[in-house]
Order: sequence, then C-alpha cells, then structure tokens
Amino acid sequence: MSRIIWILAVLLSHWRRHPMQLATLLIGLISATALWSGVQALNQQARSSYDRAAAAFGGARTPMLAGKDGAAFPQRLFTDLRRAGWPVSPVVEGRLQIGGRSFRLLGIEPVTLPAEIGNAPAIGKGNSQAFIAPPGQTLAAPETLSELHEPEGASLLASNGASLPPLHVQPQLAPGVLVVDIGVAQRLLNMPDRISRLLVGPAKEPRLPLETVAGDRLRLVAADAESDLERLTDSFHLNLTAFGLLSFFVGLFIVNSAIGLAFEQRLPMLRTLRACGVSACLLNAVLLLELVTLALAAGIIGLVCGYLIAGSLLPDVAASLRGLYGAEIPGQLTLKPQWWIAGLAISILGALAAAAASLTKAARLPILVAAQPQAWQQQQRRWLVIQCGVALVVLIAAGGCLWFGDSLLSGFAVLAALLLGAALALPALLELALSLGQRSARDALVAWCWADSRQQLSGLSLALMALLLALAVNVGVGTMVETFSRTFITWLDGRLAADVYINASDDARANEIRAWLGQRPEVQAILPGGRAETEINGAPVEILGLPDHATYRDHWPLLRSANNAWVRLRPGDTGFVSEQLARRLNLAIGDHIDMPAPGGNWTLEIVGIYADYGNPKGQVAVNFAALTRRFPNIPRTRLGLRVAPGEIPALMSALQGKFGLDGRNLIDQATLKADSTRIFNRTFAVTTALNSFTLGIAGVALLTSLLTLSNSRLPQLAPLWAIGITRRQLASIEVLKTMSVALITTLLALPLGLLVAWCLIAVVNVKAFGWRLPFDVFPLQLLELVGVAMLAALLAALIPALKLSRMQPANLVKVFANER
Amino acid sequence: MLSVRHLTKTYRAAGEQVAVLRGVNLEIAAGERVALTGESGSGKSTLLHLIAGLDRADGGDIRLADKLVGDLTDAGRAELRRDRLGLVFQQFNLIPSLNVEDNLAFQARIAGRHEPAWHAELVERLGLGHLLKRYPEQLSGGQQQRVAIGRALAVKPLLLLADEPTGNLDEATADQVLALTRDLVARTGCGFLMVTHSARLAATLDRQINLHAGLIA
Repeated sequence: MSRIIWILAVLLSHWRRHPMQLATLLIGLISATALWSGVQALNQQARSSYDRAAAAFGGARTPMLAGKDGAAFPQRLFTDLRRAGWPVSPVVEGRLQIGGRSFRLLGIEPVTLPAEIGNAPAIGKGNSQAFIAPPGQTLAAPETLSELHEPEGASLLASNGASLPPLHVQPQLAPGVLVVDIGVAQRLLNMPDRISRLLVGPAKEPRLPLETVAGDRLRLVAADAESDLERLTDSFHLNLTAFGLLSFFVGLFIVNSAIGLAFEQRLPMLRTLRACGVSACLLNAVLLLELVTLALAAGIIGLVCGYLIAGSLLPDVAASLRGLYGAEIPGQLTLKPQWWIAGLAISILGALAAAAASLTKAARLPILVAAQPQAWQQQQRRWLVIQCGVALVVLIAAGGCLWFGDSLLSGFAVLAALLLGAALALPALLELALSLGQRSARDALVAWCWADSRQQLSGLSLALMALLLALAVNVGVGTMVETFSRTFITWLDGRLAADVYINASDDARANEIRAWLGQRPEVQAILPGGRAETEINGAPVEILGLPDHATYRDHWPLLRSANNAWVRLRPGDTGFVSEQLARRLNLAIGDHIDMPAPGGNWTLEIVGIYADYGNPKGQVAVNFAALTRRFPNIPRTRLGLRVAPGEIPALMSALQGKFGLDGRNLIDQATLKADSTRIFNRTFAVTTALNSFTLGIAGVALLTSLLTLSNSRLPQLAPLWAIGITRRQLASIEVLKTMSVALITTLLALPLGLLVAWCLIAVVNVKAFGWRLPFDVFPLQLLELVGVAMLAALLAALIPALKLSRMQPANLVKVFANER
Repeated sequence: MLSVRHLTKTYRAAGEQVAVLRGVNLEIAAGERVALTGESGSGKSTLLHLIAGLDRADGGDIRLADKLVGDLTDAGRAELRRDRLGLVFQQFNLIPSLNVEDNLAFQARIAGRHEPAWHAELVERLGLGHLLKRYPEQLSGGQQQRVAIGRALAVKPLLLLADEPTGNLDEATADQVLALTRDLVARTGCGFLMVTHSARLAATLDRQINLHAGLIA
C-alpha cells in the first residue's frame, strides 16, 4: 500500500510543479461536467414536474373513461358503472381564474379514488374527512401557494366571486393545479351533476361490458407510460441534451490536450519509475488511480457549477416550456441523488475516455527510449488517412440519415454525423491548406512558418476541432434563431392585425361592450372571435373563428391557399389548417378533414394552410359565423377592434372606466406584440447562453492546447533565435501562425454552420415543432462570429507568445545544452 | 553473484538485422568492481540493459542472485530492479518534480527498505546536506549525478549498474563522483559494473572487460 502511495505522490508532484497544467485539466473536466450535469438537472427538473402532472389524479398514468367527444357527461353514469362492477371514481376538471392567473381545478371523490394513484395517500383514510367535510380543503403544491402569495389555510376567491375551501399543501401535486372535493369543483366550474372523466381502478370482480352500461357515450383510455407533456417537450429536452453533450465533448477535448501534455512531460519520469523497479502493471494502476482522483475532485466542483448553471437557466427554461408547451416547472431546483452519482460517473468516464490514448501509451511504454521521429511522423500520416476515411464514412451516414430518416432522432443523427464528419476531416483539410501555402511561399521564413504550422497541427488538431464544432453550432443556431426571430415578427404582424383586444368576463358583458363600442365613432370595426376545442385522431385541436373582414383577409399569414380562399371560407364548409396540423395529418389544399362537433362530424375542405408558430396544438380556422352555428355553446367573449390611429389610448381608458376592464382582459396590439417578443426572446435565452458557454470552452481548449505546445516548442524556436531572429519577432510569428490556422478553421466552420442551420430549419424544426421556416443567411452575423473567433484565437495565442517574448536567453540556450 | 552465458541480442535497424551481442560470457563476484569498455556501438549499453531487465535477450542466460532474468515476467524484473539493483545513467534520470531528499529516498521507499540512518549517511557522504530541498533543475550535473548514485545505493543493492555515469561531467567532477561511488560500493559491499569510454577511469576499478563487435575481447 505504501508503495502505491509513494508512486502516487511522485505522479502528483508533477502537478505541483506544473499548476497551470493541472488547472487546465481541472477546467476541462469541470466545464465538461458542469454543462452536462447542468443540462441534465434542467431536464430532470422538468421531467419530474411532468411526472407529477401526469400522476395528478387521473393524468396519463391512470386508465380512465372519457366522453366520446371529450365533453363532460352525466354523473349518473358513475353510479351505473359502480353498480355494474366497475371500480371507477369521478373527476371534474376545468380552468379557474384566480387573481388574474389561470389554474387547473380538479374535483375528486376520495372515497372511491383508486388506491394505486400516487397522490391518493395524502388524502387517504385519515385525511379524507377533513377534505370532504365543510369547510373542506383545497390541495395545492407549495409552488402554487408561492405563486398565489397565500399561506396554508387561506381561502381563495375566484375571479367569478366563488370562494374555495382553505388551502392545504400537498407536495406531490404539480404546480398550477388545485384539487378540491368533486361537489365543490362542480359548483366552482358550474357543472352540476356532470363529470369530466372516470378513473378506473384494478377490477377485483367480474364487470359488465362498458357498452352494456354506458352505450357508446364513453371510451376507455388506457394508461400511458409517457404523458402528452413528455411527448410534446421531448424535442426541447433533446435540444438541451444535444447542447450539453456538445459542451461535454468540447470540455473533454481540453482534458485530452492537458493529459496528453502531462503524459509527454512525464515520459522521462515514468521511464525512471520503471527503471527503479515499478512494474508496468502497478504504474498503470496508479496512473488510473490518479486520474480517477482528479476526476472525482473536478466532478464535485463541476456538479456544484452545474447546479449553479441550472439554477440560473431554470427561469428561462421554465419560461420556454410554459411559452412553447404550457408546461409548469417549479422555479426551485430539486435534485435526486442519482443526479449527483451520474454527474460524478460522467466526470470519471469522460476523464478516462479523454485519457484513453495516453493510458494506452503508458501501458505499452518501453523503458528504453527509442528515438524514431521518422516512424512517428509516418504513423501520424497513416492516422490522418484513417481519420479521413472515417470522416467520409460518417458524412455518408449523415446523408443516409437525411435521405431515409423520418423522425426527430434521425434529424439529430444527421446533425451529429455532419459535425463529427467535418471535425474528423478538419486536420486533413488544414494539412492540405498549409501545404499549399508552403508550396507557394518564396521567403525562407514564410516557408518555415507554413512548415512549422503543419508540424504543430497534430498537437492543435483537437482544439481546432473543438473550435470548428463550437463555431459551426454557433452559426447554425444563430442563423436559426435570427431567421425565427424575423419570421416570428412578420407572422405576429399578420396574426395581431386588430388594434385592441378585449376578453369580456361573459357573453352578456361582451354584448354590452359591443353595443357601447357600436356608438363610438373612432371604432372602425368590431371583430368577434371565438374558439372551440375538439380532438382529431386523439390529439387536441383548436378551432378558431375568423370574422369575414379585410383585417384578416389582408394580414392572415397564409402559407398556401386555394383560389378565392377567403370567399370560399364564408359558407362554413371549408377551413384553413395550421402548418403543424397539416404536416401531422399529411394534409394538402383540397383535402378534407372530419372534426367531431356537438351535432356530429363537421367535414371541411382545406382551402388554406397558415403559419401558427409556437402552438403545440393543431389549429383549424373557420368562418366565425359557421363556428358559432356548429358550436353554439362557445363563449363569445373575445373581441378585436380596428380603431382610428391616435385614438387607441383614449378608447382604452374609456373602456377601463366604463366596464372595469384591466390589463388581463384589455390589451392593445403594441403591448401584446411586445409581450410576445419578450417571451420569444426568453425562450431562446437558454440557447444563447449554452451557445456562449460552448464557444467559451472552445476558446479555453485553444488556449490550453497552445500553452501545452508552447512548452515543447523551444527546440523548434531556439535555432531561429540563435541565427538572429529576436524573441519578440518569434512571438509575433507564433501569434500570426495561430491566427492563420484559426482563420482557416473559422472559414471552414461558416459553410458547415450554414449546413447545420439548414438541418435545424428544414429537418429538426419540422420534426420537433411541425413548422418550417424560410432559410436566410445573415452575413453581418457571420462576420461578427469571425471577429469573435479571431479575438478568441488572439487571446489564446497571446499568453504563450508573451511568455516567449519574455523568456530568458538562458532557457533558450538550454535547448542546445541538452542536445549534447 | 552475476553470471552471463552465451548472451545474444539482435536489433533491426533500417531494415537490416544488426547483431549487437553475439554470445557474451561474463561473471562478477559479490563486491567486485568491473569496468566495461569498448568503442561506440560495441554493445556495452545493450549488455547493461539486458542485465537490468530493461530489455529481453534473444538467447543465452543472465543469472542474478540465483534468478534467471530471462524467465522473469515484467513484474518480476521490476521487482529485481527495485530490490536488488541500483541503476545510474548518463542523463541522471532524476524525477524533476521531486526535491533532492525525495529523489534520494524514492527507490528505497517503494522497495519498502527506507533506512533513515543509511539515508542520512548517504546525504553526508555525497555532500548533499545543503541541497536537500532543491529540485534537479537547480543542481549542477555533478550534483545531479551524486543524487542519482545515492538513489541507486539507498536500497543497498546486490549490484550497481552504471551506464557512462560520468559522461556528462568534466574530468575533475567525474573523478570526484567516481571516487565517491567506489567508497559507497565498498561500504555496501555490492558488486559494481560500470560502462565507460574512459580508460583512465576504468583503470581505477578492480577489473576491465573490453567488448568488441558484440563479444568479450
């Protein structure tokens, strides 16, 4: 044991003498672990919220009986089914406005609630009395109480004036959900004697067939391991994971470069250890022990950093998920022990992967030095050819995935293969560019520069590959976000064509407002709006009513349409479908769809397809009058107004004064657009942050590689110094060389990045969200990135160059002394 | 103590087989001090490396302390070097990240045979007392070689193998270092086999063996 400790002490003593190298190694491991575990923390946080939502009293995890058209059904069916041996429990569900925010209200019946439902124990036998008996309880997650700014025990008042039972905390519930007794929920939601669905427990006795009891009014919905929310948000999390993985690999490049340098510098030490009687097996075991110890230390720091990163990104991620999918994520990070263990494991595995080449070399280390530079160079050349071959295979695989793949995963596979192939091909491309430069050089010093850059290539290639990946992803994601941003603003202009939007509390109030507005001369048009909900192939679909008015005809963002589409929309037998619904159902102009409606299926011919960015649900737009005929019970509380320019503020104050409308139900177009743009920007804040992190890590990778190389560069530089080139000149040449190689890499990264952008826009986005954006190139953005890359390269090159320019001549002389 | 019989070793260089050792026979008794001389390329260093178990012979036997070196595994040869041999090289081969004190004690420590009294005596006899906290890069060539000799002798080996130990030193320093080595070898009673180009230094040892074209001349 003491032998191991002594050998370990010797190995560790290297780091004491080279603290910068140790710092580099730790920075690489810490950043790799931090970004990976940070992203995993965000994913885990979101997934556990989905689990809570899915398990909440009749979520997707419980089998249930629902109405055929998704509508509520008579409570009598519950008693009929219980008598027929069905272990069912009723649930009422709806939305409730409290303090300007909308909450999901669930009404349950605790006595019949199946015991298998995760949240049931908290209101099990002991507590059910308090839950049912007056004043009852309103169960809510701690996050919901914080959002409401109410303590436990407080009684809430809904916007319609109805009061809720006192609040009671139940941590298992998802945020934004309120659970009350079924009778209370029926009163609050105005659903007397009606229920939304029936939860089905495991049958202990024979039961009559469903059809015999309920006819065709109910359908059995099987339990689903994956909730709708999980399915919807899969793409978002896959995106985050892809970023985390990219940062992880870029971090590992740094580790690889630091370990590679340490190995090269420690070669004489390792040989001495072997000569002093340390067996190869023991030496490798201790090298492994050293690496694992360092990885563990870095892993712990990385996890803490990952926690901080996740904590700082969580509000933006939560905003993105709420904005994109309506998913509620608590704002406080709670992490499971598995996260910590997985983080440490990934740090150790990453370190082992990054050190694999060095460890293998150490295992095969001959004790006697065999100086074979020629053989080494030949081996490098062979490896370059193999690497090129692998790059070609990977790029062909990318093409194959693009051609044959038809899923989100295949989209990401295209991206991954494209990036990997390009990174693998980079050293060969650089070698080609540098050798062309060398051939065209006339001046001896310039020719040396090219030749020396080629020689440096093997040491720098990993860092340059990291730079290429980071830049390409930056170009790709930057182009996509910019394209999305511009398209989104144009689209928003089309969708928000009215000047003022009103949402009245009920139909009667809406009529009053409409009558009052009819007498106002500044109001040029009153545009009623309405929405209904239905399901097509089991997926929720919104039906939007559009009044027949020039405001919509002139602005609505139609992507494709039949001739006279707006005229043909009037009778009510045609409709427009959103792009994502058209893609999901493979619909084209002229096709027909059947939509379940209260009076029977509504068959519509598709006469237009429009953009509906950011909406996870499919949408169909029909004539408003036709919608109210088919769905007579929908609220007609939404109004859009066209108002003479300059009259909007006065009209809004008048509406506020007359009808008590406030910011929640009266908003002007400019505010609505500003809010939407703010949400949009927040959605992409996470992407931008991760993008910057990746580029930052690539910069560090370049710096560490240059520092690594600078230590072994003296034998190349000392002869030049000896023949009369000053240290300052040498330092300038070193900077120029680094900048040239970085510039070539950056120029190669630009087309690769545009290819990545095209993949994101034309493949990944379409599969993930169901919409396709136009592909645009933004030259200024590209120039800016070239500038950033050059700045990063300059900063990375400056430190070793400064070190060189200030080096004592004695150190340069040593090169010749050692060569004796 | 050391018996070498019919030792052969061939290298492949530039596509050709080069026979470096062509049947070397050698005996060294306990406490005997032997100089191995010969022109460049005669196989002196190769012979030393084979005896130390740093490389494997193609044919013949090396018997050291009743063990056939050729039969030992990598771990067995490592154990032999650690516990029974002391090695000194022309390039000193100190561990740059350890100070003089730790470099001196290193091999004895990993062999589990660190004796503080012997360590102190070595420090004193080698004149390293004022250099203990310095690192190898802060020492002169002669000082570094004294540390290397101390490290090799700290385990009280059976045999001290030295490959051109004075090759990097000036004449006066070389004489001084070799005198110290002879004293310490005598103090420990170990055998001593030194490769050298210098006939003058070779003459200071008990016996001289000349290697010529892979054979003992």
